Amino acid sequence: MFSEADLIAIGLTLRLAFTVTVILLIIGTPIAWWLARTDSWWRGPVGAVVALPLVLPPTVLGFYMLVAMGPNGYLGQLTQALGMGLLPFSFWGLVLASVVYSLPFVVQPIQNAFESLGNRPLEAAATLRCGPWETFFYVVLPLTKPGFLTAAILGFAHTVGEFGVVLMIGGNIPNETRVVSVQIYDYVEALEYGQAHILSIAMIVFSFLVLLGVYGVRRHANVSSLMKARK
Amino acid sequence: MANTPSMLRARVKLERQSAQHRFCLDVDCELPDSGVTAIFGASGSGKTTFLRCIAGLERPGQGEVVVAGQAWQQGTSFTPAYQRSIGYVFQEASLFEHLTAKGNLLFAMKRADQKVSDDYYQEVISLLGLETLLQRFPIELSGGERQRVAIARALLIQPKLLLMDEPLASLDQARRQEILPYLARLREVFAIPILYVTHSIDEIVQLADHVLVLQDGKQIAEGELTEVLSQPDLPMFTGFDAGTIWQGQVIERSETWHLAQVECAQGVSVWGRDTGISVGQTLRIRILARDVSITLEDATASSILNKISAKILRIDPDLDEAMLLVRLQCDVLSLTARITKRSAHELDLSIGQQVVAQVKSVALVC
Repeated sequence: MFSEADLIAIGLTLRLAFTVTVILLIIGTPIAWWLARTDSWWRGPVGAVVALPLVLPPTVLGFYMLVAMGPNGYLGQLTQALGMGLLPFSFWGLVLASVVYSLPFVVQPIQNAFESLGNRPLEAAATLRCGPWETFFYVVLPLTKPGFLTAAILGFAHTVGEFGVVLMIGGNIPNETRVVSVQIYDYVEALEYGQAHILSIAMIVFSFLVLLGVYGVRRHANVSSLMKARK
Repeated sequence: MANTPSMLRARVKLERQSAQHRFCLDVDCELPDSGVTAIFGASGSGKTTFLRCIAGLERPGQGEVVVAGQAWQQGTSFTPAYQRSIGYVFQEASLFEHLTAKGNLLFAMKRADQKVSDDYYQEVISLLGLETLLQRFPIELSGGERQRVAIARALLIQPKLLLMDEPLASLDQARRQEILPYLARLREVFAIPILYVTHSIDEIVQLADHVLVLQDGKQIAEGELTEVLSQPDLPMFTGFDAGTIWQGQVIERSETWHLAQVECAQGVSVWGRDTGISVGQTLRIRILARDVSITLEDATASSILNKISAKILRIDPDLDEAMLLVRLQCDVLSLTARITKRSAHELDLSIGQQVVAQVKSVALVC
């Protein structure tokens, strides 16, 4: 069914999406925390910047990332100085671009969960000898689990589905940057519709299952809040 | 009162500016190291904010909070809430929803200031009647049950000071009656000093030994319960709920009539409904001003049981324009009668006059 090239592309895609999701959960959580709790004037502008990838064409984002990561860009000079070479057309270049591109899909669900949590559980924890970190891991995290789950699923799925940014930054190198969406594009270019069908249908099934998962999480959260309301 | 051991010294200054109004809390007090101290005031008087300052949940711009010899706030040093030896009961139970009742208690026990002994745990559980609730999640508990778990949780952290912010306010009357006895027992069983925020005189009468009264962010009275509650000028003692608290000893019980006689001062005693108390027991009685009427001479035939001769000290206006509050002196005790202006006029009451106060009902509390 899948050709060997397909399997490589699928493996690469999953590896990319997994890496990006892990990184996004780590950096997205403090951003979401800050956005949910700050009174600062910066909240608006920072929130808008985080949400930008929602509305920008991926090509715009990819273009500027390419410039920044290039030999004359700030990022490019930094990675060169660190002896890492240049990022464009490499797996880690794709990771970096995807992190930026999928950021809002991870930050926003977590931010919503933090906002609806409110202050009270944190205060209750503080009166029970919980320092800030302990409070986060033993109170905040378990109470906002559905938000984190939604964030992880959306971040993963969105990274799997990206195309424009990959094309701009990564090009088309097997097992380095040729992800499933690019592979499909290649098949269509070469008029190999049969192969394109197989991968495309696989993507549709995958996306459907992901969304089913998200709604499952939401419904679960709704049911418990419903039970609360009924009391 | 330089010699009384004062466990809690609090000087707190805090300003809040919002669009509509400016709130300023400015309290400086020393509170005793045992028993229940009620922090009393109308809503917006700053009592909750004061409690939060002591807990460290609020950071006053200027302040000093010293509890049991430990400075929690002094100068620029500020101990965060999680390092203070407090237990806190919020107005809404604020249990952790992801944990069962037992999980919530274990959460506190793991972090308790001293290791929680089995005996102590059992005592808390049975005092608050939690035996059958432990496996349930907070959403499966009623409001009253949740609040009981929250109180147990605060006790199990083994604090030096227990802070309670209107723990009954979010409950209906029936639930309140369900929890009050637990609180009264808590006061007797555990030697933890309690700061208890409330706007209910009933709760104060049943629970408090000491009272701090706040109004618009300032303290307007502080002292022993009976002492403070006999100050008639305090604003909460006007209006429909105005009343007096007396303390006395049961000197007689009448089985036939289900009544008990309580002597509150030399020659001043009242009859109230016998609630199963024993002779010699000390208790508090509450007399509402609206239940007190005034006659000029001792009317012989009357359905009213309690007639106390008294002298008129003052006559104050009431919040209600048709009413007056007549402040009376009965031996060393004071009493307030709430009567209509018309009656006062018809009886031609004047300050210093001897009258007879008729008390329609008295409530014997605890």
